[in-house]
Amino acid sequence: MKTKTSYISQSVKNLKPSGIRKFFDLAANMEGVISLGVGEPDFITSWTVREAAILSLEQGYTSYTANAGLLELREKIAAYMKEGYSVDYDPNDEIIVTVGASQALDISMRAIIDQGDEVIVVEPGFVSYVPLVQLAGGVAVTVGTKPENDFKVTAEELEAAITPRTKAVLLCSPNNPTGTVLERENLEELAEVIRKHDLVVLSDEIYSELAYDHRHVSIASLKDMRKRTLVINGFSKGFAMTGWRLGFICAPEEIASSLLKIHQYAMMCASTPAQHAAVEALDKGMDDVMEMKRSYRHRRHYFVDSLNEFGLTCHTPGGAFYAFPSIKKTGMSSEEFAEKLLMEEKVAVVPGNVFGKGGEGYIRCSYASSMEQLQEAVKRMKRFVENHS
Amino acid sequence: MQLREMELDLVRILQKDARISTENIAKMLQVTTEEIEDAIEKLEKDNVLVRYSSVVDWSKVEGHEGVTAMIDVKVAPKRGVGFDEVAHRIYRYKEVKSVYLMSGAYDLSVTVEGRTMHEVATFVSEKLSTLDSVLSTTTHFQLKKYKHDGTIFGDHGEDKRIVVSP
Repeated sequence: MKTKTSYISQSVKNLKPSGIRKFFDLAANMEGVISLGVGEPDFITSWTVREAAILSLEQGYTSYTANAGLLELREKIAAYMKEGYSVDYDPNDEIIVTVGASQALDISMRAIIDQGDEVIVVEPGFVSYVPLVQLAGGVAVTVGTKPENDFKVTAEELEAAITPRTKAVLLCSPNNPTGTVLERENLEELAEVIRKHDLVVLSDEIYSELAYDHRHVSIASLKDMRKRTLVINGFSKGFAMTGWRLGFICAPEEIASSLLKIHQYAMMCASTPAQHAAVEALDKGMDDVMEMKRSYRHRRHYFVDSLNEFGLTCHTPGGAFYAFPSIKKTGMSSEEFAEKLLMEEKVAVVPGNVFGKGGEGYIRCSYASSMEQLQEAVKRMKRFVENHS
Repeated sequence: MQLREMELDLVRILQKDARISTENIAKMLQVTTEEIEDAIEKLEKDNVLVRYSSVVDWSKVEGHEGVTAMIDVKVAPKRGVGFDEVAHRIYRYKEVKSVYLMSGAYDLSVTVEGRTMHEVATFVSEKLSTLDSVLSTTTHFQLKKYKHDGTIFGDHGEDKRIVVSP
């Protein structure tokens, strides 16, 4: 019998390990680290939401839900999308509850990508985008953004990346790691190119509740965009529910029914107590969301102003909870900066290059930490920059 | 009194941490330190910012554990001054930490702090119960403080997140 050279598939072999992982391993064993490396809220899920999950278990809801999720939750999501973002979705066949926005992204890619299809990915961007395109058999075509445009992709940059094999564009607003928000006029310009080339949009709106200066605009709400857009959102960031792993996709019926096929075979359904918790979050959690948002906004201003004061130039991020300052003046690479900062001052940040093209020369700092922690981090980072200038 | 958005934010920040510097508040609210100083002065003058205090867990300090009692007081209101007169008489005692007029089974809710149960009991029997308008008192001693003024005691707010995550 012929022996296999490896049991591992070629597509997995081709995946690069996440650059974030390396910093996790470095920082995890150190004492007294102030972490600005986290991609999640520092708030604990509202008690009323946690309590709803406990009640769900007490009442014995321990079985599967419908593949697409509890109808009650889908109805709440439909109302949330309509009231919050002015897009109408039918809860019966246009909304699917997923295991986090991550699973939503995964099945979205698999539903629309044929072997060799190109997907345009805007960078700097979330670390999973390119690998997920590749795992679905697609080719990720990355488009870098510039700090002088506040890391917003322009219509020209987008159009230049389009080829006859382009199937979809992946957008994320507010953006991880830059915090950049695509405002209505930016989205209108991009939508024009997208319509012209008949592309699908994967719109990652997981940070939609954390847009500070302008109300979040969903690209699906623009003219003729709903039919070609998959809106991906979830409860992790805005509702401080990262560990619950609960997201959702809204898409026109034709696309949603295809997504559901993959979801039902791969995942069956999202966890039942988490879905009951999410119903409560949409019902009674919005005041807490506003409270958290206010707190992030204050911390954003404090942190970004402080970085600029000691020379780490940083644009004002319009959303999410990340600052993305330039470290170019130190002459270090972003990996070198992050590693030295961790070793010398015990502050964990994520080097910008792990987020792709254009991320080199930057670091991602999460300001989802208490003011006490942020003030100490600012003190240490200032000392570090002064010692290395 | 109508507060501006900035003033509301300022009050919220100070309520959470009264020790934060004006420079840092100014950064948080994107205004100058002078504007913050002026706003604080105005809010203090208008008695919106009444006092800056610390929440202390005295149970942690040896020899200062103390005793707190919440006393339900039934009162005969007086013509013209209602419950106010007796409330004024009660809240002036230094042992009394708070006085609220309540609806329901009793009229005033009075919080009293003392070094020992005996001290509190003496105050109730000798001072509070003997006031003319006081009809009856029911004293409840606090056995353990879990949450006070929005602060959970014994909760160190431990960050359960992993140090670096996507």
